[in-house]
Amino acid sequence: MSDFNRRKFLEGTAGVAAAASVGAGAALFAPFAHAQNLTFKPEKGAKLRVLRWSRFVQGDIDAYMANVKKFTEATGVEVRVDNEGWEDVRPKAAVAANTGAGPDIILSTNDDANLYPDKLLDVTDLAEYLGKKYGGWYPAGETFMRPDGKKWLGLPLGASGSLIVYRESMVKAAGFATFPKTTDDFLKLYKALKEKGTPGGMALGNATGDSTWCNWLIWSHGGKLVDKTNKVVIDSPETLKALEYGKELYANFIPGTLSWLDPNNNKAFLDGQISVTNNGISIYYAAKNSPDPKVKEMAADINHAVFPIGPVGVPTESHLFFNQMIMKYTKFPQASKEFLRFMMEKEQFDPWLQGGGGYVAQPLRFYENSAIWSSDPKNLPYRDSVKNLRPGGYDGKLGYASAGAAADFIIPNMVAEAASGSKTPKEAAERAQKRAERYYKL
Amino acid sequence: MTLLARFQNSRNALGFMFMLPAALLLLVFLTYPLGLGTWLGFTDAKVGRPGQWIGLENYAYLWGDAVTRLALFNTLLYTFVASVFKFILGLWLAILLNKNIRFKTFFRAVILLPYIVPTALSAIAFWWIYDSQFSIVSWALVKMGLIDHYIDFLGDPWNARISVIIANVWRGVPFVAITLLAGLQTISPSYYEASAIDGATPWQQFRHVTMPLLTPIIAVVMTFSVLFTFTDFQLIYVITRGGPLNATHLMATLSFQRAISGGALGEGAAIAIAMVPFLLACVMFSFFGLQRRAWQQGGSDK
Repeated sequence: MSDFNRRKFLEGTAGVAAAASVGAGAALFAPFAHAQNLTFKPEKGAKLRVLRWSRFVQGDIDAYMANVKKFTEATGVEVRVDNEGWEDVRPKAAVAANTGAGPDIILSTNDDANLYPDKLLDVTDLAEYLGKKYGGWYPAGETFMRPDGKKWLGLPLGASGSLIVYRESMVKAAGFATFPKTTDDFLKLYKALKEKGTPGGMALGNATGDSTWCNWLIWSHGGKLVDKTNKVVIDSPETLKALEYGKELYANFIPGTLSWLDPNNNKAFLDGQISVTNNGISIYYAAKNSPDPKVKEMAADINHAVFPIGPVGVPTESHLFFNQMIMKYTKFPQASKEFLRFMMEKEQFDPWLQGGGGYVAQPLRFYENSAIWSSDPKNLPYRDSVKNLRPGGYDGKLGYASAGAAADFIIPNMVAEAASGSKTPKEAAERAQKRAERYYKL
Repeated sequence: MTLLARFQNSRNALGFMFMLPAALLLLVFLTYPLGLGTWLGFTDAKVGRPGQWIGLENYAYLWGDAVTRLALFNTLLYTFVASVFKFILGLWLAILLNKNIRFKTFFRAVILLPYIVPTALSAIAFWWIYDSQFSIVSWALVKMGLIDHYIDFLGDPWNARISVIIANVWRGVPFVAITLLAGLQTISPSYYEASAIDGATPWQQFRHVTMPLLTPIIAVVMTFSVLFTFTDFQLIYVITRGGPLNATHLMATLSFQRAISGGALGEGAAIAIAMVPFLLACVMFSFFGLQRRAWQQGGSDK
């Protein structure tokens, strides 16, 4: 995966460099000169049903629905959009794939597309067109959606960055002028925050989005679920070191994090009960837009940082990836492709990025220049969430096994078991190894 | 007599015809899914792809899987404790509501409220009640000076188990109470009058009049209560999603997590099918228990 990513990264970087060389002004929001326009002719009488994860920020759905309306006006294709919590999209998508009936397009999370690749419409032509026009897809997007390096199972939509959200005043009061950049300092910060009575906390329950910090914990110490050949190697000395570190970190968390699901840290942070957590930009967005003056005031004190670098020496970020899949059973494949194309074009995609307030980071390099990343410096850390994203099935190939292992919370449960002391790190790693081997056996 | 006329006059043929639509429905919507689930349990089927026959491999794996064993333990504990409490509280409420108290109808209606509220909604309410940072229970106890820090309702395995059992009891008591109340109202007051004349105490009346006459209803209501509790999904899914540390995973939630979210349809089906013997035992216990009572068919106990 790494070689593949490096190659793609260089290709993409060259694309951006070429775009920049066209000239200031024109380069920023002009599609690349060599890109051809592509359209798909919707079938006569086509109607589309789209199932997507429900909003965490209101601006996302408002902008998305405005684009849907524009699409209907432009093509006459009626589109019905259903929203579900992201944990509920996965089972619905799985059932749809299995039964061959349901929404035409599904916006889902992580490597869902790799659970049922045969049930998805090949969108290679569309993906290549968009990639060429908008400076290339980030490597993670390709890893998720083009697992064999040839056929695109769907289109990346972006990722909700899981970064550090912190209260500047509290971090400063704990003796840190800037946010720690290493895991050692990160632990020191957590200890200092606890001593000051302003602890932090991160989810250790079965939280789809917010438990991804557990991936960072393992990767930052050199541990990984599988090696490049998909052999399960989670029970390793590196993992044990990570779990020991996690145990120390957890000892400084606010009580209750073992039960935390996705919304818990948002609520605790906005209530002023925690000073540091991991989250999308939704906490900041909620604070900025809150009708409560006290919460609004808090926004000025909120800042974001990327996760610290551990002994492994490189960034090891884990974010919630979003995909767009067209189900093969759709009666309207052309209309579906046209819908996705339309939504990914800059006239629609950029306003949607801005509407989301930075909640979703783009999968195409071109949108690095979106105003959402420069309009507020606090948004900037989220910009590269897809660019720096390491998929959950690291270091192996994504597929049924990686998707299953992630959905079964193997890594978060291992971390929770070790951190809470319910199992020793060795026992927790052995249990994770056994469970992961079950998925990777096939 | 023509064939049609003979058919129309045949009790057996007509009975068969009338039964056919219901049998068809049962076949399509009950037998087929159960059969398919059983089949899947013997395969390595994944979401979106058919599986190969692997015999008992899923079951063999699950037998050695610590999480599945924990889920089975949780399910049995959850079902047993919740059912006992639902029975005791339900019977107590039914007896209270069967007395001539003021605003009897109002109270009978109120008692149904937990049952009327959609399960997901009541689960969300409990999720808030048990929140580690915002629990109203913890807040009240702290304000009263009874505790000095918030209770970790859902972050500690045993606390979490107890918490979800309480939520289940709250939700299930109305069903037991109202059904038993209906049973109590079928008992003729003359039994109580006669026993009172004979000098029976209230406890003796309860033991020798109420309980024997209520037993058939109790058997039915508790069978259903146990079945509902054993197969509970929504409360757990909303409140804990099986956490912390899988401490509240029931067989149903684990089956869902493995089969649908995780894509391991065969393994998930095997977990679900593994529930059937327990459920069947419960139904058979109740069924044969009732069958032995001849008075169910209009006779008297032998």
